[in-house]
Amino acid sequence: MPRIGVFVCWCGLNIAGTVDVERVAEAARAIPGVVHAETYKYFCSEPGQNLIKQAIQEKRLSGVVVAACSPSMHESTFREAARMAGLNPYLVQIANIREQCSWVHTDREEATVKASAIVAAMVAKVRRDEPLEPLKFPVHRKALVIGGGIAGMQAATDIAEAGCPVILVEQGPNLGGRMAQLSETFPTLDCASCILTPRTAEVARHPLIEVLAYSEVREVTGYVGDFTVKIARKPAYVDWDKCIGCMLCQEKCPRKIPSDFERGLGSRKAIGVNFPQAVPNRPVIDREHCTYFEKGKCGVCAKICPVGAVDFEQTETVREEKVGAIVVATGFDVLPREAFGEYGYGKYPDVIDSLAFERLNSSSGPTDGVIRRPSDGKIPREVVFIQCVGSRDPDKGKPYCSKICCMYTAKHAMLYRHKVPDGQAYIFYMDVRAGGKGYEEFVQRAVEADGALYLRGRVARVYPEDGRLLVKGVDTLSGQAVEIAADLVVLATAAVPREEARGLAQILKVGTDEHGFFSEAHPKLRPVETMTRGIFLAGSVQAPRDISESVAQASGAAAKVLALFSRDELAADPLVAAVDESRCSGCLACQPICPYHAIEPKALKDRQVASVNAGLCQGCGACAAACRSGAMKLKGFTDEQILAEVGTLCL
Amino acid sequence: MRINRDTLRTDLIAKLQEISGETVALCYQCGKCSAGCPLEREMGILPHRVIRLLQLGQVEEALAANAIWLCAACHTCAARCPRGVDLSRTMEALRVILLRRGVPRAALGPPPPGAPQQTIVSFLRKYSS
Repeated sequence: MPRIGVFVCWCGLNIAGTVDVERVAEAARAIPGVVHAETYKYFCSEPGQNLIKQAIQEKRLSGVVVAACSPSMHESTFREAARMAGLNPYLVQIANIREQCSWVHTDREEATVKASAIVAAMVAKVRRDEPLEPLKFPVHRKALVIGGGIAGMQAATDIAEAGCPVILVEQGPNLGGRMAQLSETFPTLDCASCILTPRTAEVARHPLIEVLAYSEVREVTGYVGDFTVKIARKPAYVDWDKCIGCMLCQEKCPRKIPSDFERGLGSRKAIGVNFPQAVPNRPVIDREHCTYFEKGKCGVCAKICPVGAVDFEQTETVREEKVGAIVVATGFDVLPREAFGEYGYGKYPDVIDSLAFERLNSSSGPTDGVIRRPSDGKIPREVVFIQCVGSRDPDKGKPYCSKICCMYTAKHAMLYRHKVPDGQAYIFYMDVRAGGKGYEEFVQRAVEADGALYLRGRVARVYPEDGRLLVKGVDTLSGQAVEIAADLVVLATAAVPREEARGLAQILKVGTDEHGFFSEAHPKLRPVETMTRGIFLAGSVQAPRDISESVAQASGAAAKVLALFSRDELAADPLVAAVDESRCSGCLACQPICPYHAIEPKALKDRQVASVNAGLCQGCGACAAACRSGAMKLKGFTDEQILAEVGTLCL
Repeated sequence: MRINRDTLRTDLIAKLQEISGETVALCYQCGKCSAGCPLEREMGILPHRVIRLLQLGQVEEALAANAIWLCAACHTCAARCPRGVDLSRTMEALRVILLRRGVPRAALGPPPPGAPQQTIVSFLRKYSS
């Protein structure tokens, strides 16, 4: 005979305000098999948990029903309390009489009847519970970090500093990411390279970090603690092991092409590095623009290379790695130039985006840090900055705020004025969002010290007039239309997810939001985790972020990885699917239904059956519902249990 | 309105800032001055809008505003301003500039009923120069 204890929580007045908890306990006492029922104000509190433990021991309970809040809130609390009292934690069931009863009803009588029914259903279920043991998995104490920008490097460094090896995969030829393109950084105006390049060098020489540049993650299988990752190394057509980084090839290459890194403002050679301080300092041949690949002749680089490192025959190589955790830090992109025709971006050379303005400012950029407009190289005297280009524009762009633009635009206005003291910067804005340490003060400095004129309103049109660009906007503060004849127009285009991010999300089986940014497990309480255990997020892959936020989040992700690695083995909920092989017909109808690819066929002597990888299974139960022969069961949620629950509710 | 470096940085604005000792760029247009002004109902162009005109280089428009004469110089705006701008001093500077020019005798009605004494004084200054 089962000995079941029922604990009805008041939850202060959350439950007791609507439900007569004493009557619920009384009704429970009348259920056959229930030997104990009591109420308490807060069972989740220490004294409340002690009451449960005491009853388990004194009344020798074989099952526990806690009638309280949602199981997502305190199921683990009460299971742990049962475990400490010597009861298998999976013999505890939660009857949710708060979210599913007291919070959604006002009639005390009806709510009390409903609460009693929910409790009775869970008593019926707990009678059919079986003790379960947590699943244990080994942990590979090696991490994969995808993305070699500032966030990825921070995560890799933190994990490696704690003594765990890291593989850092970067799709581009060098570390640094977006930050490598920046000139100075807000709100301190320290030069981006000066704080970035020591970090790239540190990462590259760290004995526990293996940097795989010019590489991509192609496939991820397995589960937390035990991922298997296929990483493809794209052909650089240069043997990086032989190469000594002398860059004679880059110097002698006859082919000049527009540089993406310089946002098209400067040129690069068909072989070479993005910028002189690049780490690793190894060149890549741009196959699409290389004369050798186009016409089969040239090969100047191969001839000049003193170590014979150029290898036109190089092909992609794929390697496999086992890792225990993955940090995704693939960063962001900006809206493509075609997005806003009214600003003439892509049509007028002197309309550029903010990343291009960073390059104009950079001492290693195409103009050596002198602000020159692209069309004729003249120093611009009137510069118009337009914020929210594509951001906060649900109709034609993105509904969200790109977050970083207010700050970098203020920075641009400052840097411009420092370099062109008699110039004037105009900033069209909608709101200045400067939430951050020292940020508002920074923006005010741009106004006070550097004379930036903020004009509240959007610009509707930019068109050429007498060799300049006429910007037609409005100042809603004074209610006047404003026209400015500008030498240069800089667009703060919306930050968007990288194009490759969607594919990567599919490879990782991690969710994205409607824009393609990776989704966190909980927006407030689990901001660096994903819904897939063992995969974490850092930086702008999740949403637009500035450098300091990206670094903080990367350290957070690293801490989560290290918490995983601090255990010898990982415990997982045993509430997973299991096959009754004697009943399984081997039809494998369950296999395509499983969203986690956890089901594989297994050969028995004379036939095949389905088999569940408990590490991959997330316990969703889709397979159990699909199984025609009733062989597939979800532990803790068997058909018998569910039917008993439903049967009790309907009687 | 077309603006450029020259319209924004005029001698007149420099003069105005010199007389008042106040920097118009400091204002971030929160409007607290206008919200607390005892004469806001009569001003026509609200005090914060006067500052905005100056930020945009439109000094003549500010000089033409009745608001500068209605200003009672009560300094409530200065006491409330989060940016430490003493708008009363800017208003006074605008009056001084006009008085030095010799005020055109524009059609201006009597001060609004119930206006503080200082307003009446500023009207006297306008008509007596």
